[in-house]
Amino acid sequence: MRHFLRSVALVAGLTSGASTFAAEVSVAVASNFTAPMQKIAQVFEQDTGHKAVLAFGSTGNFYAQIKNGAPFQILLAADDETPARIEREGLGVAKSRFTYATGKLVLWSKQAGLVDDKAEVLRSGRFERIAIANPKLAPYGSAAVETLTRLGLLQSLAPKFVQGENISQAYQFIATENAALGFVALSQVFVDGRIKEGSAWMVPANLHTPIRQDAVLLVTGKDNAAAAALLVYLRSDRVKNIIRSFGYDL
Amino acid sequence: MNLLLDADARSAITLTLQLASLTTLLLLLVATPIAWWLARTTSFWRGPVGAVITLPLVLPPTVLGFYLLVAMGPHGPMGQLTQALGWGTLSFTFYGLLIGSAIYSLPFAVQPIQHAFEAMGERPMEVAATLGARPLDAFFTVALPLARPGFITAAIMSFAHTVGEFGVVLMIGGNIPGKTRVVSTQIYGHVEATEYTQAHWLAGVMLVFSFMVLLGLNLLNRKSTRVLQ
Repeated sequence: MRHFLRSVALVAGLTSGASTFAAEVSVAVASNFTAPMQKIAQVFEQDTGHKAVLAFGSTGNFYAQIKNGAPFQILLAADDETPARIEREGLGVAKSRFTYATGKLVLWSKQAGLVDDKAEVLRSGRFERIAIANPKLAPYGSAAVETLTRLGLLQSLAPKFVQGENISQAYQFIATENAALGFVALSQVFVDGRIKEGSAWMVPANLHTPIRQDAVLLVTGKDNAAAAALLVYLRSDRVKNIIRSFGYDL
Repeated sequence: MNLLLDADARSAITLTLQLASLTTLLLLLVATPIAWWLARTTSFWRGPVGAVITLPLVLPPTVLGFYLLVAMGPHGPMGQLTQALGWGTLSFTFYGLLIGSAIYSLPFAVQPIQHAFEAMGERPMEVAATLGARPLDAFFTVALPLARPGFITAAIMSFAHTVGEFGVVLMIGGNIPGKTRVVSTQIYGHVEATEYTQAHWLAGVMLVFSFMVLLGLNLLNRKSTRVLQ
């Protein structure tokens, strides 16, 4: 009996010790990074014992929530402006910002053979509607507009635009074939190292400013061990490989 | 108002009012026969039909909007029908929004009218028949006036619900200025872009305007019930 009690005490001591060591961090994650981040959180917990609790949503909403006291410790934004602004406004820890992923833009159609590898389809105008993410709200949307401007096609194609509030919605418009084609994130249509279906044109990176997705440590997470660990972990080679496998650049 | 709101805001307001008025009109036309049937029938189908009418309340609006997007797409049942009729697809058009809004607000139109018809009972129609009125005649001269408060409530609910509608429009609209960009999605866009001043103005104007419309309808409702009593 004494032996049993001693082992119970030992186990209790061990687990309570572990729980003070393993911390928890709440992370606000841009929805385009959902799949890679779920994977990263899983290996993060295995490797470090810390737990990352994830909330997915739009960067603009997160900004408003953080400004009004939302209990997040890290923001993984879909752009580089929001983290910069958060830092400027004193909500983020100075110099904690870095680019964790760079998005790749792709012109995609669910129909095989509609999009060619030189994007001639854009000039042919053989489609009724082209989906983009709202350029005012989504970096992938403004990158799409920039690309079309460089190609000299913005004016002729603007009347055919249908805008998704974010990049997931632009994807839905195309996936349900309500729009024949459109600009989406490569990460949305990239599975096992290739485009999962339909036809696509990888937009050359020199046609638009890089879609930098920045991370920032919020002041609420300044003394959080798990938050510090996650920010280091995001820059490890293991994580970089995961991020690349989901269709991002680094 | 012109000084306070830019052209985009004004076009969104006009569009919203058109959408809400036409949706209300369409719903009153569609909901009246449904409500009448539901109020009178003893058929086994009363329960199931009533439940189906209420279903739009169960789904989150964006989810309902997503299924409308699928249904209106080139491979969806509505899309196939509209294409066969030579109308193309309805997604990203004003008519698409109109149909989407009508489906979304259907329970808000049917239920008040149905309750009004039920509260009326069988008697007025029987009396009208005894006095020699044909059923259709009696419906228009007896049943409709008696159920007027129900119609006014239905109109208020349909109008207000459509003005405030967001998820469905977001999903099937495509945010096209002057065609599918209504006030709710416009305000949301401003908030997302952290343009809070524009958002506040637009929201403020819309609230004040809607308050006046709803107040007007409510006063009308009070007056009509008093006349009946």
